[in-house]
Formats: sequence, structure tokens, C-alpha cells
Amino acid sequence: MIELQNIHVIFNKGTRLENHVLKGIDLKVEEGEFVTIIGGNGAGKSTLMNILAGDITPNKGKINIDGNDITKLPTYKRANLIARIFQDPMLGTFADLTIEENLSLACRRGKSRRINLALNSNLREHFKSALAEVGIGLERRLKDKVSLLSGGQRQALSLVMATMQDSKILLLDEHTAALDPKIAKSILEMTAKVVKNHKLTAIMITHSMTQALEYGNRTIMMYHGKINKDMNSEERALLSPDNLLKFFDL
Amino acid sequence: MNILQLLGSVEIGLIYALVAIGVYISYRIIDFPDLTVDGTFTLGAAVASSLIIANIDPLIATLMSIFAGALAGMVTGYLNVRWKILGLLAGILTMTALYSINLRVMGKPNITIIEDATIFGSQSVIIVSSIVVIIFIVLLVRLFSSEFGLAVRASGINPKVSNSYGINVATMKLFALAASNGIVALAGALFAQSQGFADISMGAGTIIVGLASLIIGEALLQPKAIITSLVACVIGSIVYRIAIALALNANSIGLQASDLSLITALLVAVTMILPKLKHR
Repeated sequence: MIELQNIHVIFNKGTRLENHVLKGIDLKVEEGEFVTIIGGNGAGKSTLMNILAGDITPNKGKINIDGNDITKLPTYKRANLIARIFQDPMLGTFADLTIEENLSLACRRGKSRRINLALNSNLREHFKSALAEVGIGLERRLKDKVSLLSGGQRQALSLVMATMQDSKILLLDEHTAALDPKIAKSILEMTAKVVKNHKLTAIMITHSMTQALEYGNRTIMMYHGKINKDMNSEERALLSPDNLLKFFDL
Repeated sequence: MNILQLLGSVEIGLIYALVAIGVYISYRIIDFPDLTVDGTFTLGAAVASSLIIANIDPLIATLMSIFAGALAGMVTGYLNVRWKILGLLAGILTMTALYSINLRVMGKPNITIIEDATIFGSQSVIIVSSIVVIIFIVLLVRLFSSEFGLAVRASGINPKVSNSYGINVATMKLFALAASNGIVALAGALFAQSQGFADISMGAGTIIVGLASLIIGEALLQPKAIITSLVACVIGSIVYRIAIALALNANSIGLQASDLSLITALLVAVTMILPKLKHR
């Protein structure tokens, strides 16, 4: 279980530019939940993601994963617990490395990296079957550099990379925002399928009301650094995207 | 150019191939323009020759110079990763400090070891340095295909994502700079032993020579894999030396040995400008 207790984040504290981005976030995410987060610009969604990932340390509050306090751990030390897919497909993978090298790196997420060869035939077979799961033919392109792939293909690869190693939580930071609607849709379908097949716990930020209600089983709405709505699947079922939009005017 | 001059160019080219390989590791693999090498080349020469005149076995003397170079590289890395000093400046700081340290190590501005036993023994410099270069290429290719080596490469390509995959980017940088400067110091040690002297100013312009060799090699081989890149460093270094020898030999152009730095700097500048003109 992921637990955030009274998280405060203040940027430029003590200066005229002081910005209280998160104002006492309390959140519990149970194992197997798929939470979608919506909220306007500046609501604190991305900061919340960065807090979980370790890129930002909160000024106050605690983060527990399965009872272990990870509040102060740097990003690379909590990578064994957290998988993440970035918003910008061009920056979310290692563009100058091949698909198989990217997957090999993902395979050792949060583990020691030894002087063993990073690739071998067993691993390649493993990669092929993992890539086949997303069904876009990447399994035939193991030796291609990622820089040759389109944005959609890179996000699909990121998704497979996220599943190469167990994690307590998968963070999806508007990972389809930079894609055209059609590709975005298929990446989201892929995401839902992968989350289900691997029984992952996931948090997804989105700007689309429709996506927020269509995917996952719980939706959280953020407003000015606070959680102002937390809806379980029954409550969500009664809402339409238009209803949801009304809450933005709170 | 006669055959003797050609062999001389190949000889120096092979030794400086190690410089190009060192520069490749910092400049290309972790994307760190490291100026420390100007100091570490001399450091390698200084440590090796001082130990040799103290009657230490030349092999041990050479190994110690690698160790000293690696240490210098880690100082630059430490300044950069721990105190966020700009990479270029961190390198300049270490390089500047090394000038004094090298004088301390040598005790005087130059040391002659022409009479002493060297790592080359009675073998030809070309054969011994070829073997050394091949050993390092094999080691580096193996290293960079390992889980650890792949993480080093990844941290140069995309530090942010590396972090999220549990790679400690700071450690990887330190390692790469240590490896790079260790190899450059080895080049310095071999150069001193092949030429029979170490001199306080012998490292000036090492970074540019390394870069020139790297760029020439890459232009010729268009490498995609690590092994081709390393071979490109060797070929680039030898071609660079031959080109320089040819230019200096052609009396009609009127160049003299002291024009070397100017030619090298122009060469690097032009090779960096050309691809940008093409994209216009």
C-alpha cells in the first residue's frame, strides 16, 4: 500500500516567488488500484508524481510504501519500488541505445548492475515475448535504435520496460498527451491491458475527463494543491465527463 | 615523407590513440567535455618517469601512472557531481592544480629516462603499443556490453530516465572520468618512455589532439557500435599524425612544427562546423 501523509511542497520558500504547490495531501492507494488524477494547470498533479518518484522531496509529510518510509530516498534508490512512464516520448527512453539495450536496462531496475553481459539469447527471447504482448511488431526490431521509433512506439516500449521488473506502483505522467488521438487511444488500451495482466498498482495523470472516467477504478480530482474529490468506481459510474467538468468551477 | 617518418607517425599515433579513447569515454559516452586530460597526460608521464629513475620496475611505474590519472579524473568528477561545478570548469581547475602537482612529482621541469629500462624493453614501440591498444579495446568493449557498462552509457544519454531506472548517475560519471583519465595517463606514461623524457608542458593541447583524432576517425568509419568507435579512435589518431607529418614536410606550404596547434584547432573547428552547414 502507498500512503501519503500530510504532504506539503513549497517552491522558493521564503522568497517573493514562494509557491505552496501541495497543501497537505493525504492519500492511500491500495494494492491493485488504478487511480486516475485530474485537475487544472497548477493543481499539483505533476508535483505529486515527482514526490512519489523522488525527484522532489516534500517540505513536510511522509511517504510510506508497504510501511517503509521512503520520504528521503533519492530517485535511484527507490527505483526498485517505482516504475514510471514519462510524458514526453522523445525523452522517456534511451534514444541512442537499441530496443534490446533499453529493455536490458529496464530488467535491472532497482537491482545491482554487474559485469555480466547485459544481453544474451535467453533475455532476447524474454524481450520478444514481452514486446509481443503489446502487439505492434517491436519484437522484430530488437536491434533497432529507439531513435528510429515514433512517439507511440516509444511509449509502448516504455510500457513494456515498466513491466520488466516488479514494482509497487506504476506512475503514468500524462503519458499519452504528446500523441495524436488515435495513437493515444491505443496506448491507453495497451496500458489498461498491461496493468490488468500484470496486476499492477497504477496512478495516471490525465487532462481528459473521458479518459479519467474510462480507465482505472478510482478517480481523484486536485484543485490548488489539495484533493477535492476522491471517487470510487460506483461514484464514478454515475458521472459523465460533462458532470466532471463542472467540478472544475468549484 | 620517408618510411622512417611514416613509422614515427604510426608510433605516436598508436600511443595517442589511447588519448582519443579516453576523450571518447568522457566526451561521447558520458557527454562531459573534460579538460583534465591536458594535466593527466603529463601526470602519467611524470609519475612513470619519476618512478623509473627511482629504479622501480617500468611495468609497475606505468600501472601507477594509470592509477594517478584515474584519481585526477575522480577529482574533476567529484567537483562536478558533488558541488555542481560546471564540467568544463571542474576540468580546468583540476588541470591547473595538476601543473603544480606534476612539478612536485618530477621535482624539476623535465626528466630524461633515455638511458633507463622502459616498458618497451628491446621490443619495438609499435608492437608493444599495438598490444596495449588492443587489450584496452577488448576490455572496454566487454565493459560497455555489461550491465554496468550499459548503465554508464545510459547515464550519458538520458540522466533523468537513468535515475528512474535506479542508476546512480553521479557514480557512473565518476567511474567514466576515472577510466578516461587513467587511460590518458597511460598514454602519457608510454609517450615518455618511448621518447625518453617527461616534460612539464608536454600535455598542452592533449584534449584538442584527442578530439581531432576522434572526429577524424568518426568521419572515416561512421561508427555505430562501441567497437567501431574505439577502432575509429585508433585510425583517427594515426591518420591525424600522418596528416600532420605530411603538412609539415611540404616545404612549399611554409608550415613549421610550431604551427601544429593552430592547424589542429582549425581542423577540429572545421569538422564541427561542416555538419552544421550541411543541415542548412
